[in-house]
Amino acid sequence: MSKKIMDKDGLGKTLARLAHEVIEKNDNLDEIALVGIRSRGDLIAMRIAARVKEISGKSIPVGAIDITFYRDDVGLKIAKDAQPTDVKFSIDGKNIILVDDVLYTGRSTRAAIDALLDIGRPKTIQLLVLIDRGHKQLPIHADYVGKNIPTSFKEIVEIKMQEMDGEDSITIT
Amino acid sequence: MKLLLSAGRVIDPANKIDDFLDILIEDGKIVKVAKDIKDKTAKVENLKGKVIVPGLIDMHVHLREPGFEYKETIATGARSAVMGGFTSVACMPNTEPVMDNTAVVELVISKGKKENLANVFPIASVSKHAKGEEISDIGMLLNSGAVALSDDAAPLMNAEVMRRAFEYTKQFNVSIITHCEDKNMTIDGVMNESFNSTTLGLRGMASVAESLMVYRNIAIANYMGALVHIAHVSCKESVEIIRWAKKQGMKVTCETAPHYFTLTDEAVKTYDTNTKMNPPLRGAEDVKAIKAGLKDGTIDCIASDHAPHGRIDKELEYNYASFGIVGLETMVPLTLTELVDKKILTLEQAVEKLSVMPAKVLGLKKGTLSVGADADITVLDIEKKYNVDVNKFESKSKNSPFNGKSVKGAAFMTIVGGEIKMKEGKIL
Amino acid sequence: MGFKRKHLIGLEDATPEEIETYLNTAESFKSIFDRKIKKVPALRGRTVINLFFENSTRTRTSFELAAKRLSADVINFSVSTSSVSKGETLIDTAKTIEALESDMIVVRHSCSGVPLLLTKTLKSGIVNAGDGMHEHPTQGLLDLFTIREKKKKIKGLKIVMVGDIAHSRVARSNIYGMTKMGADLTLVAPPTLLPKDIENLGVKVDHDLRKAVKGADVVYMLRIQLERQKRNLFPSIREFSTLYGMDEDKLKLANKDAIVMHPGPMNRGVEISSEVADSEQSVICEQVTNGIAVRMAVLYLLAGGETNEIASLSGQGN
Repeated sequence: MSKKIMDKDGLGKTLARLAHEVIEKNDNLDEIALVGIRSRGDLIAMRIAARVKEISGKSIPVGAIDITFYRDDVGLKIAKDAQPTDVKFSIDGKNIILVDDVLYTGRSTRAAIDALLDIGRPKTIQLLVLIDRGHKQLPIHADYVGKNIPTSFKEIVEIKMQEMDGEDSITIT
Repeated sequence: MKLLLSAGRVIDPANKIDDFLDILIEDGKIVKVAKDIKDKTAKVENLKGKVIVPGLIDMHVHLREPGFEYKETIATGARSAVMGGFTSVACMPNTEPVMDNTAVVELVISKGKKENLANVFPIASVSKHAKGEEISDIGMLLNSGAVALSDDAAPLMNAEVMRRAFEYTKQFNVSIITHCEDKNMTIDGVMNESFNSTTLGLRGMASVAESLMVYRNIAIANYMGALVHIAHVSCKESVEIIRWAKKQGMKVTCETAPHYFTLTDEAVKTYDTNTKMNPPLRGAEDVKAIKAGLKDGTIDCIASDHAPHGRIDKELEYNYASFGIVGLETMVPLTLTELVDKKILTLEQAVEKLSVMPAKVLGLKKGTLSVGADADITVLDIEKKYNVDVNKFESKSKNSPFNGKSVKGAAFMTIVGGEIKMKEGKIL
Repeated sequence: MGFKRKHLIGLEDATPEEIETYLNTAESFKSIFDRKIKKVPALRGRTVINLFFENSTRTRTSFELAAKRLSADVINFSVSTSSVSKGETLIDTAKTIEALESDMIVVRHSCSGVPLLLTKTLKSGIVNAGDGMHEHPTQGLLDLFTIREKKKKIKGLKIVMVGDIAHSRVARSNIYGMTKMGADLTLVAPPTLLPKDIENLGVKVDHDLRKAVKGADVVYMLRIQLERQKRNLFPSIREFSTLYGMDEDKLKLANKDAIVMHPGPMNRGVEISSEVADSEQSVICEQVTNGIAVRMAVLYLLAGGETNEIASLSGQGN
């Protein structure tokens, strides 16, 4: 049983709203940068940056971070297809908005924060997620949420992005 | 004290006998071989389904005493012998001190007698201190009981020394048993030189280092008219040279060991140090040639080259581990499994190579079931199927690459001088 | 498909896919080298023992740095003499080391086969850091990594490997690695420095360096042990250098953009001239840097051992 909870239009609207929220919350857009968590978080980050530019005319730097080596479950799961982290700008003193597709246990966010802090020393780190599905295991909350979807443990939230999967959609199975 | 072996199949190649006969033994000698012997005063052993053969002789073993008693002693070696079906063994001189003097020869003989299990015949060193420089007191060594001479401890590199050894020994009409290896060509070598040594990154010992010395030693011995016996032939070229020499009418005898017709250097791939021996395990072509040599009679004897080593010698880097494996308790099963069961040799031919020919080469009045002969008799169970288990070995050492191997055939009973020394896996 | 391997003994039995995985993972690790904090927490709390029976400051340092950059705890254990002289067997020594509760043991030994023997008695993952004349798999991988980085591919490249093939574990690992990845490999050496039947490994053999080096994309020079001359494996340093040494003159025959590699340490003026070693075509220093990234990848990938499965990289993996 799978249920579609967002289609291409819905995703576009949600991303537009998130872009507005980012502009609203940050007085100085020159001090912010988006860093997406691979994979798909980086794609979402690029889409948001594009919307922000449409709305405000400002170009925000976008980077991608790979958290494979920061996970707390090496030995249980080893990724054999880690991709390099790609942050071409200095994050020192910046307000960094971490971008992820789904917030679940919070462990990926923890790993991403560690990974970010190894690259530099940002002024603040905020968290933007497309879906917050609940069941957090760490005291982590998102500053920007595309949609809250209460789920059970058994359910799987599947996000598809045009760039990677050939279509935009979010489904729960 | 009389012993009657009844209902067995008797194979006695010396008398061309292969028949169901009874054998009566009295005072350590065979007194009667005939059908349905009746003797109420004799202890009877019913050997229905078993094969009775002249006592097996392993003409190439290392018993390590004196000097390396942690590897083996004459006592444990003799137990291992009778357990493996051997009524006699001939032990090599690489002891410490080397068996190059009458005192050590006499010690080995007296210890062997004291154990009163298998007959132990010493082979003395052909050179003093096994250095290959000066020949030892060959006449005195033979007078004290040595049955042959050998350079197995250290091959004689110097052809002039080899020549004089043959020339001098000729007067005594005994064989010099030579380990054929050009030591200059095998420095640091630990396995056969082959594609496998290339991929394993182990230093090779080329088979030509063996075969060229086989030729040299045959050539010198024949020039001198002396007796030469080639120890543990392992490669194709050696077989071919010996076959050619025999065809020329040259006098030469030789032996191979069970591992050379059972394993190839593929076995080294695990770096198991129980695959390290000298000569090394060779290639498939060599194994084929060894079998062909056994079949056509080029190879006269099968000997184990029983070489016990302790854990400290073997649980090591392949390069540092000692050469050699134990063999007394696997020789009969391997010969029966790999040669007789696979129709390379008949049972009679196998007995010739394990008893008749070794006796002949060593000049022993053994290897026969003739009336009047010593009652050294081995009884075989050629049907028994089991897996080799090194932990059951009587030998002090367990260094065998055959642990766990499934085999068919075993020694059932070992009788030495008319006394049963081993029966059904128990030493009496 | 998971990464199922617990030990890395050699590249002889590695699949091209596995090699690809090592190289890709190494690329990720290399990307952290230009950061201020050159460290990730991937192997936090794991213990790696560098068990070196043979001296090698270079390889040991590379493995040590790799383990440290993965946040593992590292112990260096040098056994200078062979166990024979101590009255202890190799297995005794290894068990004593493992009693230190290690997760992985990086082994270097002058005797072939020691790492494989250790996998049979020890519970830790074993990484071969060079055994005798057998294999040096991490060197093979770092060389492949360097070639791929410089040439953007390995398949179809013309590689010539020159020098003492017979005694070289580096050569063996590279022969397996390069041929598996589809390179066209020619070995150049005098017959005395080629081991028996080496052609069976799918390589070409030549004795004429000038001829063989024509059109090469990669020129790989091996270290020659000068004492080999005493065993008559070549007549003199001068003759070896003249026939089999790489100099500017011979290098001109290779492709213009050919790279020159050497596993180090070099004998300048013997197998490689200083001009070549220091030329723009030489990637010898990059090989050393890449060694750290490749060893990080090896330690990381083997760490999961037999229970490895691939983490889903979508954020909801955890």
